[in-house]
Amino acid sequence: MRGLLSRLGSILESDPRKNPNAVVYLVLAVATIAFPIGVQVATRGSGSFLISQAADAGVYILLAIGLNVVVGFAGLLDLGYAAFFAIGAYTYAFVASDHLEFTPIHQALHIPFWIALLVGMFAAAGAGAILGAPTLRLRGDYLAIVTLGFGEIVPRLFRNASTWTSGVNGISALDTPALPIWLNGPWSGDALAIVQNFKIIDPLAYYVIMAILVAISVLLVNNLRRSRMGRAWMAVREDEVAAAAMGVNTVGVKLLAFSIGAAFSGFAGTFYGAKLSLVSPENFGFTVSITILIMVVLGGMGNIPGVIVGALLIYYVIFNILPGLPQQASDFANSIGATSLNSPSGDWPGLAGEVQRLKYLIFGLILVLTMLLRPQGLLPSRQRAEELQKGVHDDTTIEDVNAETT
Amino acid sequence: MTVEAAADPILRIDHVTKRFGGLVAVDDVTFDVKKGEIFALIGPNGAGKTTLFNGITGIFPPTAGRIVFQGREITGAKPHQVAAFGIARTFQNIRLFEYMSSLDNVRLGQHCRMHAKLWDSLFKTPAEHREEQRVTDRAMELLQFVGIEQYTHIYARNLPYGSQRRLEIARALATNPALLLLDEPAAGFTPQEKVELMGLVHKIVDQGITVFLIEHDMKVVMGVSRRIVVLDHGEKIAEGTPEQVRRDQRVIEAYLGTQH
Amino acid sequence: MVGSLKQARIAFVGAPIGRLVNLLVILAVLYAIFILATKIFAQGPSYFLQILTFGVANGAIYALVALGYTMVYGIIELINFAHGDLFTLGGFISVFLLPIFGLDASKAGTPGIILPLLAVFIVTMLICGAINVTIERVAYRPLRHAPRLAPLITAVGMSFVLEGVMFLWKGPFNVPYPNLLPTNGIVIGGATIGVKDIFVIVVAAILMIVLALFVSRSTLGKAMRATAQDQDATELMGIDINRTIAATFFIGAVLAGAGGTIFGLYYNTLVFDLGFSAGLFAFTAAVFGGIGNIQGAALGGLLIGLITALWDGYMESTWTQVIIFAILILVLVFRPTGLLGMRVPEK
Repeated sequence: MRGLLSRLGSILESDPRKNPNAVVYLVLAVATIAFPIGVQVATRGSGSFLISQAADAGVYILLAIGLNVVVGFAGLLDLGYAAFFAIGAYTYAFVASDHLEFTPIHQALHIPFWIALLVGMFAAAGAGAILGAPTLRLRGDYLAIVTLGFGEIVPRLFRNASTWTSGVNGISALDTPALPIWLNGPWSGDALAIVQNFKIIDPLAYYVIMAILVAISVLLVNNLRRSRMGRAWMAVREDEVAAAAMGVNTVGVKLLAFSIGAAFSGFAGTFYGAKLSLVSPENFGFTVSITILIMVVLGGMGNIPGVIVGALLIYYVIFNILPGLPQQASDFANSIGATSLNSPSGDWPGLAGEVQRLKYLIFGLILVLTMLLRPQGLLPSRQRAEELQKGVHDDTTIEDVNAETT
Repeated sequence: MTVEAAADPILRIDHVTKRFGGLVAVDDVTFDVKKGEIFALIGPNGAGKTTLFNGITGIFPPTAGRIVFQGREITGAKPHQVAAFGIARTFQNIRLFEYMSSLDNVRLGQHCRMHAKLWDSLFKTPAEHREEQRVTDRAMELLQFVGIEQYTHIYARNLPYGSQRRLEIARALATNPALLLLDEPAAGFTPQEKVELMGLVHKIVDQGITVFLIEHDMKVVMGVSRRIVVLDHGEKIAEGTPEQVRRDQRVIEAYLGTQH
Repeated sequence: MVGSLKQARIAFVGAPIGRLVNLLVILAVLYAIFILATKIFAQGPSYFLQILTFGVANGAIYALVALGYTMVYGIIELINFAHGDLFTLGGFISVFLLPIFGLDASKAGTPGIILPLLAVFIVTMLICGAINVTIERVAYRPLRHAPRLAPLITAVGMSFVLEGVMFLWKGPFNVPYPNLLPTNGIVIGGATIGVKDIFVIVVAAILMIVLALFVSRSTLGKAMRATAQDQDATELMGIDINRTIAATFFIGAVLAGAGGTIFGLYYNTLVFDLGFSAGLFAFTAAVFGGIGNIQGAALGGLLIGLITALWDGYMESTWTQVIIFAILILVLVFRPTGLLGMRVPEK
């Protein structure tokens, strides 16, 4: 706690010109507190939907922070990140619903949400370790393709193994998270009867829990970055041979980064499943993995506040701007008298329909343009900025050296 | 410690051969490095010197033969294991972590001597905090030892060339080695810098660390090392004191053959 | 020192676990082959022959796409994620060109389609080649000396850009491709080998033979092989690296464009994100054969085509993609050099 306070103090004192991150953190913290109040005031108390959406955005922030450990810190490209998200969500569905009763086990499990969060996290981390252990010995770009394959396999497994997962229908009616018993004190409402059944159904409750989880995650990942492990990741990213010669177990530290990333994804997946009370194989496709990658790349690989801002920005674009855009476009066409644009003909589905189809192109352009024009992202880490702009002298790995000479 | 005082070998290269496809880069080479000495491996370009270093440090293990370090066979060990056993190295073409500060480069060198587990790092436990402090202090000490403390917070890539070589030595020393392998540490140096570097090498040996260095230029090593092995085309062609090596007919031929 | 001993011990404990996993994988593969064999026997030879034909035709298409992956990887070590989408784009372009060259379903199977179809093929291939060269110039070349992550992310982005363009063009719907080829065939042992099947196999084989001859005989082909081995040395020999790399992208795209057209003619349907899974299948084929190895890509394509057809034909087809991606992961983990080894064999 004292560490937390002193960190807060140092953020307040630090010079924004030297450390823009401190300002970003401060703005984010204030915005987190002000947002629900502001929304309730602005909508006269009917802002539940917006608050709920903000809690969903938090899921993506968690995902982005986790992927940042893999891509930003260790420099590994994980294209199947949604697979771990799926594993987390399905784990929650298995251990916290009546579902297992309808599988060959015939015995439902109802593990409390807070423990299930850990179960989901470890299930995903375990899957990450099993996938990563043999793969991370290979060259870096092979990991990209292996994770891409894995990301395609996992949702299909959940869809096809219908005796266990009820296939395309998914699993619904998952348990609503309840506060842990030790928190059911007088402060949580009625001290006697209702408290035992205190369920988190209010969006604000999800929002608060999410904010706390994100804050804790930021703190922990920041600690990691500035530790022995963080240095090892940086070193491996820059020069694997030199890192190994200095005593860094390169496969080990890469595996750790990969598993920590997976753990975050599983954790976020559990939360996501619990909040939606439903999991379906359709929610974890390649597009989800790419969305998270875009958040990390656009925000600034390796920089946690950058990644958070990237996640919020992309979330806002995808879930608030894009859905409303077709209507706006067709209204606009009508208002300038170009009504013919709105009527479909041949391949042309009408302006609204065409605008609806923009998502893929936007995704692609963000990735390509960011890498070409500002590879360090919107809010870069100083180190990554120089690295990505000027290039590293030598990208060889141990395998490379062998391949060249044998 | 002097050569005479400690005669037991710290490193034994025992009939080591390394083939790349059809090319024999190191051919059945045998020699000992004795504890506490400054040992030099010399030879013309392409003689297989760096290949031998890569074999010792596990970057590519030898095709045949054994490498014994402090009585323990380390043939085929992974590079990070070799470092943990107590062998550190520098690289012929400097391989620093360019976008890390000098301080971080040296702190990274202590990675395998640190005990912080994931848990400690995540929660910044007091033990982790103390260890980081200790590691930082040691890193500052080492930067001072090699004489580049003015560059502590500068990115490694922005250091002057000579200081980069010194930083690489500091990073290697940070792994707390018993044996330090230096791959052409004086390459590209002016005569003045070469003299200073040899001073540093003596300082390192005075700390009880055995130094095994590769040098392309014979003149440089003659002054520092008591024992020299000469490689040519992967084969050992001579071994002995600088005087013996200098008079050796095969050595003269090897060098005259490649040098102007 | 204690820590190092512990690390050494972990390394030794790791080995038997690795061997156990190896054994399990081998057992699983054998079991799958056994189940497949029993089903093949149960269904009789004519069905098997039918499936084989289908598999070879399918494999020929995968091989064409795999060649693009393998050539680009061989020369600049980039997994060109956009390549699969270029294949789809080839199909889209040719379906657009067909009416321009006067081809529609009414002329199906007549000898009159041969010349216009040839023209469609050539124009499609050239357009695809030009697009890929542009992509290389604009998106990949500026990042050639950046950390490896950068071009890889750009390639993923480029894949989305291409899919996005096709999505804007045709939307999420299946695009019908006129059925131009004759629908009759030869009956051998109860199985019908269609003119379509023969067409696919023959065209793909011709293209691959031309490519193999080009790479081994022509100056540009030699420059490509040299660049794949050592860029710096090749540059010192006075060879224009940029031109060579552009040529590689061009040839890869030409094959992908032909592949897309053949796919359309064979299946008579296209969809904008076809290239995602087809691309992954083709990449699997490239890795299977040994990435960077041209013969390997052809062999890998054939094998992936056969495995896909056998699984679709005898097992549950919902699992086919899972099986192919599992093969991808297993090959990369257990035999990353593929069946024929990496790179061109003439080294």
